[in-house]
Amino acid sequence: MFRAAWKSLLSRKLRLLLSGMAVVLGVMAVSSALILTNSLSASFDSMFRTINANVDVQVTAKPLAESNGEDEDNAMPQYLKPDAITRVAAVPGVKTAVGQVDANGARVVAKNGKVIVTQGPPRLGTAWRDGDGVAELRTGTGPKSDDQVAINAVLAKEGPFKVGDTIEVLTLEPKKKFTVSGIFGLSGGRDSVGGETIVAFTEPVAQKLMLGQPGVYSSISVTAASGQTPAQLKTAIAAALGDGYVVRTSEEVAKAQSADVQEFLSLFQKFLLGFAGITLFVGIFLILNTFSILIAQRTRELALLRSLGAGRGQVIRSVFFEALIVGVVSSTLGLFAGYGVAALLKSLMFSNLSEATLSFTPAAVIAAYAVGVLVTLVAAVVPAIRASRVAPIAALRDAAATEKSMVKITVAGAVLLAAGAGGIAWALFGSLPGSTISLVLMLGVLLVFTGVALVTPSVARPMVGVIGRAFSWSLPGKLGRRNSARNPRRTANTAAALMIGLALITGVSVLAASLNASMEGTFKRELSADLLIIPDSGDATYDPEVITRIKNLPGVDKAIGLYGGVTADVTGKRVWMTGLDVASAIPILNIKAKAGEVRALKHNEMLISQQFADLRGLGTGSSIKLKTARAGEQTFVVAGVYAPQELFSEPLISDTDAREYFQSQMPGVGAVKLKPGADEKQIRKEIEGMLAGSPEVAVASQAEFVKQQSGQVDTVLNMLYALLALAVIIAIMGIVNTLALSVLERTRELGMLRAVGLSRWSAMRMITVESVVISVFGAVLGLAVGTGLGVAVVRALKHEGFDELAVPWTRMLVFLGLSVVVGLFAAILPAIRAARVNVLQAISYE
Amino acid sequence: MTSTAVAARADEVWKVYGSGEAQVIALGGVSVSLARGEFTAIMGPSGSGKSTLMHCLAGLDTVTRGEVHVGDTKVTGMSDRQLTALRRDKVGFIFQQFNLLPTLTAEENILLPLSIAGRKADQAWFDTVIRTVGLADRLRHKPTELSGGQQQRVACARALVGRPEVIFADEPTGNLDSRSGAEVLGFLRNSVRQYNQTIVMVTHDPNAASYADRVVFLADGHIAGELRNPTADAVLDTMKRLDGAGAH
Ligand SMILES: Nc1ncnc2c1ncn2[C@@H]1O[C@H](COP(=O)(O)OP(=O)(O)OP(=O)(O)O)[C@@H](O)[C@H]1O
Ligand SMILES: [Mg+2]
Repeated sequence: MFRAAWKSLLSRKLRLLLSGMAVVLGVMAVSSALILTNSLSASFDSMFRTINANVDVQVTAKPLAESNGEDEDNAMPQYLKPDAITRVAAVPGVKTAVGQVDANGARVVAKNGKVIVTQGPPRLGTAWRDGDGVAELRTGTGPKSDDQVAINAVLAKEGPFKVGDTIEVLTLEPKKKFTVSGIFGLSGGRDSVGGETIVAFTEPVAQKLMLGQPGVYSSISVTAASGQTPAQLKTAIAAALGDGYVVRTSEEVAKAQSADVQEFLSLFQKFLLGFAGITLFVGIFLILNTFSILIAQRTRELALLRSLGAGRGQVIRSVFFEALIVGVVSSTLGLFAGYGVAALLKSLMFSNLSEATLSFTPAAVIAAYAVGVLVTLVAAVVPAIRASRVAPIAALRDAAATEKSMVKITVAGAVLLAAGAGGIAWALFGSLPGSTISLVLMLGVLLVFTGVALVTPSVARPMVGVIGRAFSWSLPGKLGRRNSARNPRRTANTAAALMIGLALITGVSVLAASLNASMEGTFKRELSADLLIIPDSGDATYDPEVITRIKNLPGVDKAIGLYGGVTADVTGKRVWMTGLDVASAIPILNIKAKAGEVRALKHNEMLISQQFADLRGLGTGSSIKLKTARAGEQTFVVAGVYAPQELFSEPLISDTDAREYFQSQMPGVGAVKLKPGADEKQIRKEIEGMLAGSPEVAVASQAEFVKQQSGQVDTVLNMLYALLALAVIIAIMGIVNTLALSVLERTRELGMLRAVGLSRWSAMRMITVESVVISVFGAVLGLAVGTGLGVAVVRALKHEGFDELAVPWTRMLVFLGLSVVVGLFAAILPAIRAARVNVLQAISYE
Repeated sequence: MTSTAVAARADEVWKVYGSGEAQVIALGGVSVSLARGEFTAIMGPSGSGKSTLMHCLAGLDTVTRGEVHVGDTKVTGMSDRQLTALRRDKVGFIFQQFNLLPTLTAEENILLPLSIAGRKADQAWFDTVIRTVGLADRLRHKPTELSGGQQQRVACARALVGRPEVIFADEPTGNLDSRSGAEVLGFLRNSVRQYNQTIVMVTHDPNAASYADRVVFLADGHIAGELRNPTADAVLDTMKRLDGAGAH
């Protein structure tokens, strides 16, 4: 007796553990997201405070365009003349005032000839300051002459470079050679704040290469004389300088610098939490199912308790208690697993942040337990209520198959499904304010999933029957199919978990395929280049001379270089522009006139898009005043309006003007059109030779370029797949769990089958077919729901670049095939268990 | 029919559970032959080894010592695969309860062993069996839609339909009321008389035993006697004697 009780408890423990695994994975996802982002955020805050610790107040010139927090580099910073330093130094209370030269855009060529790229952090170029308290020389010295630079430890590692090496740096000017005079890190032993690279030049070189003007500074660092607080000093300096300057305490600077990172981290956190939410949502199905099955199996026991006088409340409480324990234990495990995952993510994605330390932040701990316990309890509610309804008489009856009507649940599901679909339609096609769209959309999707899951049991039997037919050529197959149709609710719940994961995977696949198809179409329509010069990053450039030389190559029809730049309108709003040789560009970019003329632009002439014309109320012949980075305010006259294009919509000016006005005087992108019959291979080789000095750009044919673009989409897609895989893993665990419990439940039946001659192998096949049927069922639902969602979103974004709808049939077929594999895989353990059923024990066990 | 007149045989069969203090001798050298076409009942007090003997004869359990044959085939020492084939092809089972698969109809349940073996039913024989069991109008029903007696009759039909060498039944009427029990027993006896089927049945019920041609009595793992053409009263007398013998 005791042994039997112990054994059943032990086996139930195993089952509870299985259900707990879903909670563990869900909590793991939530807590890893929080631990990672919160820890990083805290450590960034402290690092920015540290690097500003030696300064009390910072002065910069007011930028031409408002920076509104995002992307300071494109705010068109203005620079300070030396007299500003003198004026600041003269303010009472100022101890020291030092002009600084600091700008993004110093790109270093590594030893392998490739330009070192950072994912996110800036590539800074500065003027070296001895003993500024932030940079700390590790070897060598600061730059002593104009042909020397000191580099930070990140660059030294990436290069790799050591003192005395020659180093090539791209800046506002083409590639220049320097000698490494020293390597520095941050005080306190860190390599960098967040993986940024720094090249420190002598002051005049930095001013020329980084700011583009000699004798100017990007900021002034001020320290206070004793007895002055930074706030007091800030007020005094601001008053002395008057308008046109931004004066901030170092605390404010640290906050602003950190704001960028914090914004990224908070977005990243939302992204990760989104996936954690999906994982949890799928997990609920698994837990719900497990508890339901456990209760069903304990019906007799519970009924016996009830007939012995236990109240309904007591039964509910006992189920809840079990759920509570599962929740707490799983949350704890999940929290620790989350820490591990956070560490893993950090080393994978933020390898340059090795200094940032992870910790169990209070938010992560609270969220882990709140979410884990809550989810488990929510999932236990339904089975608990069902358990409490077990009539005492059930103890005497064979409680096997009392099937309840599914009408109510199906109706509820249909209502939710309709509400969800309505919500999605409202979000996608309605006129909701932007901020609520994603919320309504998410809610809609959630409702659709729940609705489908509730409707599923009533379609389970017919659908499983149809799917199962494919596998029921043999008796074990037939038995497996019957078993999967036996308890529609259980099958449906199990399949629903897979449905959700696969629906999301299918949805994003449809989006990606449509995006790629639309992009391909756009390029085909709008771009008629034979060869393209492609930059590796937003601020990459190449020598403009190259375009002139390409034009002179025999076989080349047209060649254009595209210059990107920012200007500011009178209100301080940024206006992005492109400079190019319009006459040559017309046949390559297929620019057509909508109004006025599309032709070679003269000095201070401009071509604008219809959107821009509408936005600004401009037309042919009207003019607009724009502040440029290098030549102050200019008045541009609209020469014409070009017909709508997908690839660009910004104002176009001549390349000559661009070189005069834009911060960077070099083009970033290029396109070449060949004469008919020209030797593309030969010309490509020659262009590549000309670009040898511009390692940031590569030559590609138009087809290659399109492929690269869709490759980027695919990279994102693969990342989403990886994140959604967690939900699929949980769904697989759900199948394993359901099957294992079913095998346990049907021990006697299995024994009887074995007794009348079913072989072990056939018993395993029976379980496997059941598993495959469930998983294919889930997959079919998921593919259908996912395609629906994907199509809806693509249709809604018709005018935002998704002009073509593409359903990736082959890929979906692969998913369907994979679902068979999933079924086979999930069946392994339960099937082995089924094969191991001891015939004698099974038939004599009461 | 097969050459031997013996459908199943146990020679000096021992079944010992555990060892040392906890050792239980369930069967202590039992030898018994079951003639073809005979209805044998095995009786004895609770714990005397009836089920054990039956399991050993049917190849469901291994023996500690001795040998078991079904027909010409030596069962002792068979691999799991061989045992599975033996059960499938040569042996039929009727259990006290949980005989049927709830997902299959009565007909499918009856044909289950044949389907497992991949054999086709002999239609005439199938019809005969169905008629004898009286289930013709219940074939499309699921087990949950059948009464306990009907379920047991389906189980009987299942055991019969493959014409096994021998059918083993462990208390097949244990869960039935006397009327349903009588139906099932009558049907079993009928199949022995009419179709020369061999049946071995374990039972507690002297009344049930009276349907058999022969009753073998077990006590403490030993054969304790037998009766031919028993009546319920004769069986009861023997049982009383055995109980009395086991009492002191
Ligand atoms: N797996 C086992 N382990 C240990 N002892 C066992 C085992 N199975 C049976 N026994 C013992 O063997 C003996 C014979 O058991 P068996 O089940 O054959 O009795 P039975 O005659 O069928 O009894 P009943 O009429 O109560 O069904 C009993 O003493 C029993 O306790
Ligand atoms: Mg018994």
